[in-house]
Amino acid sequence: MPRRAPQGTQAVQRALGLLRSFTPEAPEHRLSELAAAHGLHPSTTHRLLGVLEAEGLIGRSPDSQAYRWVPGAPGAGDAEPSSRQNGLRPLEPLRTPFHRRTSARCESGAWRDWSGYTCVETYEPTPEREYWAIRNAAGLIDVSPLFKYEFSGADAERLLGRLMTRDFSKSRTGRVMYTSWCNEEGHLLQDGNVQRLARERFLVSAAEPCLRWFEDCGWGMDVEVRDVSEEIGVLALQGPRARAVAEATTTGIDFGAMRYFDLAAGAVGSGAGAAPVTVTRTGYTGDLGYEFWVAVEHAEVLWDALVEAGQDHGLLPAGLLALDMVRVEAGLVLIDVDYVSASHAEIEVLKVTPAEAGLGFTVKLDKQADFVGRRALELEHERGPAWAMVGLEVDWFELERLWSEIDLRPQVVGQPASREPTPVFAPGGWQVGQCTSRFFSPLLKKYVGLATVHADAAAPGTELDVEVAVGYGRRRARARVVRRPFFNPPRKTAVDATPGVDE
Amino acid sequence: MTVEPMAVDGVVSGTPSRGGGRFDAIVVGAGHNGLVAAAYLARAGLDVVVLESSPEIGGATRSQEAFPGFRFSVFSYLVSLLRPEVIHELDLVRHGLLLVPTASTLNPLPGGDCLFREADPQRTYRHIARHSRRDAEALFEYKLEMRRMGHLMYRLQRAAPDELAAAIGDRVAESAEHLDVEVSAEVADIARYFLDLSPVRLRSFVQMLTMSSADFLGQWFESDVLKAALSSSSIIGSMLSPRTPGSAYVLLHHYMGEIDGAYREWGFQKGGTGAVAATIARAARSHGAEIRTHSPVARVLARDGRTAGVVLANGDELRAGVVMSSAAPQISLGRLLDPEDVPGGAGAGLVERAARWQSGGCAGKVNLAISGLPRFECMPEPGPHLSGGITIAPGLDYVDRAYDDAKYGGFSERPFIDMIIPSVLDPDMAPPGKHVLSCFVQYAPYELAAGSWNEGQREAFGDAVVRTLAEYAPGIEDQILHRQVLVPPDIEAIAGIPGGNIFHGELRLSQLFLLRPDPAAASFRTPLPGYYVCGSSTQFGGGISGGPARLAALRVLDDLRRPETAGDGGGAETP
Repeated sequence: MPRRAPQGTQAVQRALGLLRSFTPEAPEHRLSELAAAHGLHPSTTHRLLGVLEAEGLIGRSPDSQAYRWVPGAPGAGDAEPSSRQNGLRPLEPLRTPFHRRTSARCESGAWRDWSGYTCVETYEPTPEREYWAIRNAAGLIDVSPLFKYEFSGADAERLLGRLMTRDFSKSRTGRVMYTSWCNEEGHLLQDGNVQRLARERFLVSAAEPCLRWFEDCGWGMDVEVRDVSEEIGVLALQGPRARAVAEATTTGIDFGAMRYFDLAAGAVGSGAGAAPVTVTRTGYTGDLGYEFWVAVEHAEVLWDALVEAGQDHGLLPAGLLALDMVRVEAGLVLIDVDYVSASHAEIEVLKVTPAEAGLGFTVKLDKQADFVGRRALELEHERGPAWAMVGLEVDWFELERLWSEIDLRPQVVGQPASREPTPVFAPGGWQVGQCTSRFFSPLLKKYVGLATVHADAAAPGTELDVEVAVGYGRRRARARVVRRPFFNPPRKTAVDATPGVDE
Repeated sequence: MTVEPMAVDGVVSGTPSRGGGRFDAIVVGAGHNGLVAAAYLARAGLDVVVLESSPEIGGATRSQEAFPGFRFSVFSYLVSLLRPEVIHELDLVRHGLLLVPTASTLNPLPGGDCLFREADPQRTYRHIARHSRRDAEALFEYKLEMRRMGHLMYRLQRAAPDELAAAIGDRVAESAEHLDVEVSAEVADIARYFLDLSPVRLRSFVQMLTMSSADFLGQWFESDVLKAALSSSSIIGSMLSPRTPGSAYVLLHHYMGEIDGAYREWGFQKGGTGAVAATIARAARSHGAEIRTHSPVARVLARDGRTAGVVLANGDELRAGVVMSSAAPQISLGRLLDPEDVPGGAGAGLVERAARWQSGGCAGKVNLAISGLPRFECMPEPGPHLSGGITIAPGLDYVDRAYDDAKYGGFSERPFIDMIIPSVLDPDMAPPGKHVLSCFVQYAPYELAAGSWNEGQREAFGDAVVRTLAEYAPGIEDQILHRQVLVPPDIEAIAGIPGGNIFHGELRLSQLFLLRPDPAAASFRTPLPGYYVCGSSTQFGGGISGGPARLAALRVLDDLRRPETAGDGGGAETP
């Protein structure tokens, strides 16, 4: 709350004097110390500091016992801090290269941390319109916080062959491969996309840092792995109108011929300001869509072009809440939500193999290259996985039944996807797993969830009980195991021309 | 999921030729209710044919590419009442149901002011507090109470009225036994199932059945603009002013769709409401139902006091032991029925009552193709408000005066307009950058004092609408590329609803529950055994709910399983 300012020029002089006391070398001062140093009464000092604080010229220390220097504030004692002192202050949140644009559109003020980046959770107070834009028009999602690693060199393909469960001897330039990578026990570390940009150049995107693992596995190979995370901005353009918007903005790419998981280089904008982009027909929505990969210096050109062309197609920037809703509908698993990476699973039981995380299709045991975890996964292949990732569906009338007991309509709709794990039981019996992502899909009009259950409870059609919160109570709702994805429109993979052979 | 919204394979025109024209059941009318009934019967394994008189299915749930690239929801424009049972049991999502919510409502006011209700309750509070802080608070409680009442109505609609009344009667009789009081059947009916209701809730319910919406809302709110905004739902489709007693029920009727939150809240069907009909038709076809257009039915055929089939306008006869009509009572219980065929001499009264059914049209539809988004004086820039409902109802007096014009046989010079911009919700409705604007307009009586509607009067009505819009969105008149003006006689001609009443009859206490569409047909059975009614004029019908048709079809299936009940027909137990 702003404080009443003292009157007259004397007050201005005193305030400026106080402000000059704050320097990078002496960033923090207590009230009593400043009052004494400037010969002011503590209450006057308090009022003056209050004004400076309200104007953002100084700040408070985390415990608010002291006032502190604010970098870059006009009039403050020094301009730029030295890097040594930099490390002593709390880190500022990272900004994606689209931050100026996203923050201008974020009227809700709802932000969320994603890998240290400040990202929009929902642009409007509720994510509804953003969700429907993705499903019915086009949504634009800033997914820049992904970690990005460039593999280059004669052994780039060989290293990927060793790291990844997919067969990179079959990857071709201009294609993207979705893959898992494991530790030696065959436990899943991460999943991500690998773009083949050239014969000896790949771009791996990952949700979590993994440079050290990649480097260590490439010991002695002719390959350089470079962390390019902060050099590339990424926008996901997703939804049935994505192609129309892409075509209206991008030159040099034939979108009609572009297949699911194809990659192409083009440019957005025109003349000297044109931004070179890499476009991949990928996304995390299970819908028609593209991801645009751009050098950070061209990021805003890309955003502006897509947003402007998108106006005619109902495009809306979409936040992470909407993205989380559509990815559950698409049945796509999320690391640290639906599975725990073996690199930070504290106990064995939390670790899963790709098959147990629903990613068995990424494991190519018939490939030539020996890869990390192969032996363990071969053994698993013989025995069969112990767990399975399944889709669960609870029908509306089951929800009506539960809620009618407390005389309410089902209170499940209009809510974003929940990430809090809840137990899954055999009907009326013991726990057989956990449901890790779930929500009521407005599109499908069903309550759907992703769950990890014992392999013998995973057959489609199996009936299970899932715990739901009904008022303050916890009740079991009868659910049915169904195939993932819950939503899989033909437009996701449709092409104009006759599709070629896909791997 | 990604079916072309309007395409339904296998809808054919003309008289069915197969099997010598013999079916298990015939459904008259391919509006949403007729299609729902057919889908349920076919799903149960019956051989069903739907006969539609017009060239297209849908009735009043109809989309049309009236101008190249511009697709209109010709009549009905939003969906919220569609029953969860119907959505789920017919697997409508798989067959193409895709409802994009219209989460906000904007009421532009004169002088660039407005009342805006958003999805976010805190924002709505702030918008309303500009007009009245007390009302902003009251709205939360009001919505809660309306949801409770809606839930009550929702429960009422799970059973056929006669069954419900019987069940409640039993319970009253049971309690009466304990109390040693004699209770007549009439009292049992009136008391219905309110035994468990708190007196306060019972009071609300009776208020909603009898009061005017203006009076009802007046108990909650002081701000005229908010009362006018909320009263909109109480006049939609009804020849009522917010100040007419009984209008509060219509308010409640429209609240039912909101009780499940996003499950059924006001939403726009991708492709327009015609795609709802197409979706249900696909579900019906997937179970083997046959759908025939260009097949007007002349009358129901009876043999030995039982339904035997129908006679088409071209003289062809189709045989079936069950006929269901989704048409309005003037047709179902009037034109299609020969009173001589109805056993027990009940036919004459039935036909006479059907002729007196309150079913005058009151609304018109003006569909506009526009070159860009309208710029409302209160919120000129594009934004979320354009993806919600926008209503011109700036005050109760304004709406009442609009009603007065119609009361004396004219159309409203400054009408009430409820609009949406479908192309904002579904970009496929118009070419990129261009839009369609759907205006539901009241009041427009079926007959004008000056005579019947002609081209000049239609255009004058369209002009009044555009003039009114321009008061709030200046410049809109220059954005209009094409205009489609539809008045009650057009609804009658195209959708086949006599009088053009969108609910197949006013939603008044005198025409609801056991009285809808007739005291002798409230069980969906008519006094002619084997002949059933299933349209919007039955039970609590009205709106795209499919509920009446579902219950009617279940009643048919139940009767087929227990032929002894069906043999009696409904007529035996009714007046």
